[in-house]
Amino acid sequence: MSAVLDTPLLSVRKLTHRYGSRVACRDISFDLHPGEVLAIVGESGSGKSTLLNCLSGGLPVERGVAFYRDRKGLAHDLGSLQEQDRRHLARTEWGFVRQNPRDGLRMRVSAGGNIGEPLMMVGARHYGDIRALAGDWLARVEIDPARLDDSPASFSGGMQQRLQIARNLVTAPRLVFMDEPTGGLDVSVQARLLDLLRALVADLGLAVLIVTHDLAVARLLSHRVLVMQGGDVIETGLTDQVLDDPQAPYTQLLVSSILEG
Amino acid sequence: MTSATPLAGYSYAYLDAQTKRMIRRAILKAVAVPGYQVPFGSREMPLPYGWGTGGIQLTAALIGRDDTLKVIDQGADDTTNAVSIRAFFQRTAGVKTTTRTEEASLIQTRHRIPETPLQPGQILVYQVPIPEPLRWLEPRESETRRMHAWAEYGPMHVKLYEDIARHGEIAVSYAYPVMVEGRYLMSPSPIPKFDNPKLHRSPALQLFGAGREKRIYAIPPYSDVRSLDFQDHPFRIEPHGHACALCGSTDSFLNEVVMDDTGKRMHVCSDTDYCTTRRDHLEQGEAAE
Repeated sequence: MSAVLDTPLLSVRKLTHRYGSRVACRDISFDLHPGEVLAIVGESGSGKSTLLNCLSGGLPVERGVAFYRDRKGLAHDLGSLQEQDRRHLARTEWGFVRQNPRDGLRMRVSAGGNIGEPLMMVGARHYGDIRALAGDWLARVEIDPARLDDSPASFSGGMQQRLQIARNLVTAPRLVFMDEPTGGLDVSVQARLLDLLRALVADLGLAVLIVTHDLAVARLLSHRVLVMQGGDVIETGLTDQVLDDPQAPYTQLLVSSILEG
Repeated sequence: MTSATPLAGYSYAYLDAQTKRMIRRAILKAVAVPGYQVPFGSREMPLPYGWGTGGIQLTAALIGRDDTLKVIDQGADDTTNAVSIRAFFQRTAGVKTTTRTEEASLIQTRHRIPETPLQPGQILVYQVPIPEPLRWLEPRESETRRMHAWAEYGPMHVKLYEDIARHGEIAVSYAYPVMVEGRYLMSPSPIPKFDNPKLHRSPALQLFGAGREKRIYAIPPYSDVRSLDFQDHPFRIEPHGHACALCGSTDSFLNEVVMDDTGKRMHVCSDTDYCTTRRDHLEQGEAAE
């Protein structure tokens, strides 16, 4: 059993991505283990979103290698994976929570339909079961199940984001990518969402790769952090260790720039 | 009806030989991959888009001198569209035409499948306005093609889910999406869902032409055609609860006709040939008594 746990879910070695002659991220290497939450922090333009997109299939892996190990223990090379297989992985093994819930939801479809869609994508064809599960998930993300048939457009920003999380978790993924999930929310809503995320991640034993510029998010959610600047990983380690005792000058700057209440 | 000489100065059946060959190649591909939308170089036809430019090109590419053509619009042989297209092929191809379903070798239709069961060897050509059943959920053609390529049809069920959540039942009453041979999701053109069971294992070849969208697709004879549904909300046709006021049929598709400005209504068969044939039989029966 421990041998299985020790096998990384995601292994990245010397991943490099360029936009033309500009290097967006350079020689990135890390492992992500099952149940582990890894935060990628850095300022805008540091290459963190590019890295996330390369791994989740939004951008091709051009240089370096990235391997994902699925439920059956089979390793997939994300660089040479067929589009069809990648989409299958995305449906059955992954989730992707976007910064703007409007990008991750179908705004013309009811909340229940939004949660039900990933289930129907993997073959669920029983209306009653789909609906019951959608109701359960709505409650789990602290939305009143009576709003199952309401349009997400009638939800607040925080509720939309929680709905997007429910939609991503309903198929019981093993790895969830998150791109600034608390980005557009005000501070109290952020805190509530972070609490919810932390509880869900712990409950479900999810592995999470979360991109954020907010060190507080990294501190609350993640086990390890990867600090990026100008396309390079400049520091990596356990979250508390990196944030309490930053070694790289840039990380020191980041940590000291947090406003203390 | 008599067959006339083809119109002088025009190609046989209006389209030039190259175009017809191109369309036939598309048809062959469509038949080989049931339900798959084959792109083709749709031509300008002497009638507006929405009047059957796709169907008329299929018919032009298929029609031979020995064919007998029937054209129906909403089931009727005597509406403007049906009469015009029938006259068009009478003049440009000089073929025999008929209103009798069982006499026709080629039937071009808009919005209906004839009530009389089709026979082996017959071809049914549909006029299709919107060939893409996924357009409702996905506006990008590049994306819908990927969804077809990988049979990712989950989102189509989202539409049905939404219907049940909102209306308590699947509220699609026409152009009801089907799976062809368990592989391709297909829109059966805007036929009423009443006609969907007739698609399944039909002995006739069914061809679909969308002129504006430049797509041809097909259901070869005896293909499996399943209407989409949920296990706990199976596909079903609601009984209309009326009889045809002319022929008394209770199991054909009926049109509701408003008779006057006090709201008097009458239900009549949409398939005029079926209705006429039934009435003829009834009269013969009465005369014999």
